[in-house]
Amino acid sequence: MKQRPWLFLLPALLLVSISAFIPLITVMNYSQLTLLPGTQPYFAGLENFATILQDPDFQGALWRQCLFSFLVLITEIPLGLALAVCMPKEGIGVGVSLVLLGIPLLIPWNVVGIIWRVFTRSDIGVLPEVFEWVGYGYNVSKFAGDAWWTVLAMDIWHWTPLVILICYAGIQAIPEEYYMAAKIDRASPWKTFRYVTLPNIRGVLIIAVLLRLMDSFKIYSEPFVLTGGGPGSTTTFLSTYTSRMAIGGFQMGRGAATSLIYFFIVILLSFVLYIIMLNLGQGAGGDQ
Amino acid sequence: MKKQYYLILFLVFLMIPIYWMINMSFKPNSEILQSLTFYPHNFTLANYEEILTSEFWRSGYINSISMAVMNVIFVTIAALPAAYAFSRWNFRGDKHLFFWFLTNRMAPPAAFMVPFFILYSNLNLIDTYWAVALAHCLFNLPLAIWILEGFMSGIPKEIDEMAFIDGHSFPSFCWNIFLPLITPGIAVTAFFTFMFSWVELLLARTLTNEVAQPITVTLTRSLGAGGWDWGVLAAAGVLAMVPGAIIVYLVRDLLATGFSMGRV
Repeated sequence: MKQRPWLFLLPALLLVSISAFIPLITVMNYSQLTLLPGTQPYFAGLENFATILQDPDFQGALWRQCLFSFLVLITEIPLGLALAVCMPKEGIGVGVSLVLLGIPLLIPWNVVGIIWRVFTRSDIGVLPEVFEWVGYGYNVSKFAGDAWWTVLAMDIWHWTPLVILICYAGIQAIPEEYYMAAKIDRASPWKTFRYVTLPNIRGVLIIAVLLRLMDSFKIYSEPFVLTGGGPGSTTTFLSTYTSRMAIGGFQMGRGAATSLIYFFIVILLSFVLYIIMLNLGQGAGGDQ
Repeated sequence: MKKQYYLILFLVFLMIPIYWMINMSFKPNSEILQSLTFYPHNFTLANYEEILTSEFWRSGYINSISMAVMNVIFVTIAALPAAYAFSRWNFRGDKHLFFWFLTNRMAPPAAFMVPFFILYSNLNLIDTYWAVALAHCLFNLPLAIWILEGFMSGIPKEIDEMAFIDGHSFPSFCWNIFLPLITPGIAVTAFFTFMFSWVELLLARTLTNEVAQPITVTLTRSLGAGGWDWGVLAAAGVLAMVPGAIIVYLVRDLLATGFSMGRV
């Protein structure tokens, strides 16, 4: 009887061991070595980590990544939440909106990049043309600012639907009686939202924030196709940097060290955010 | 009623770039490059014809779908009992184990690229469906356990106990009572699992060469090779969207039920 939970967990543990655990051990092993082609690997200790942390390219990518994830969270979460409140609760509108919202999520990520690339390219895109009418010289491949906010707009386009879907799921689970009670009390729409909706969707909101944080940190294909990390390295994020180190770079040990640092940062940030959000919710008196 | 206009506005914003690509996919290259037209003046199906008649593209689609489906099957089979264990029993280290599973969801694929390649080379799995389907479990399995655990915790434990008192054996309880109750949960899980597997590029590209190359990779490879055939690229993009659209459409009712159970 005592062993039963582990029996149930066995398939998952097996799957995780070949899809996550063994690769992680391999990375840890490599990160300690100096591997140059044609020579014996030798032990380098923490040297690789030190090299990476001092690399200005890495620092640049890290700061860009943090800024990007921060901007993603402060735009997508409120926007998604607001639009989820706007969703119809029943009727044909539900199906239509669910299907339309699901479409961007099911487009392969590099196709998302392609869509935005053909949308914003100066020779064939419609966006530069529109900007020309209002007298603004827009060029993704030339101006860092344009590239930056285009990548951001693309991410908002791509992932806000997920936030909407998650928040909508939470809202749907709130018993209708709560809203009736709020109506009887003549609560304003804002107060209804603040004291009925928000506390009750705290759980799913945490999921949405964490998912967006993790995934925005992993962003790779979309900016890779849209801007190729440029102009210069202005849209090179951590993932792009890491994969360049791992495949393009000739030093596998450093690639592994980069991977570990990267992984550690994501876990740390997610954990901190998770704790903050749990405490925030407690303060507001919500409970789910 | 008024607030729904904001939603409609957003949906329009979602559709504009997609429309632009669909629009482009029906144009010949000369029209794409020469002038800006909001609908195809010289309507052509040549771009689609080129893709649908090419073995190269077709195998990409079949590979992609097979891998995503395989991944959904692996993940569902492993996640169901695991989620059941987490939602029903307290055992030593359960919280830690759950969090450890979740950390795998946070793992950046870029960080795991090389070790995956080495591991699957040693197992002789490179360039097969297995490699990609297994590798995608890295981020899909934790998500599936997370979602399913939420759904299962929403079902009162008393239902289990009642069933056992009624004389159901464990397998019969699972099959006849428990599984039907969480079907919407499984649908939502399968939807997200399929979605994340279908759209992933980085690992799929690392682990396949030619035989098992999925459509996302075919797209990028043809991007790089000599010049940009914008019309064909747009058409391929449109075709890559189609399976996703079909799936959302098919499972929309189950999704709506799943969503109204309040767990994602």
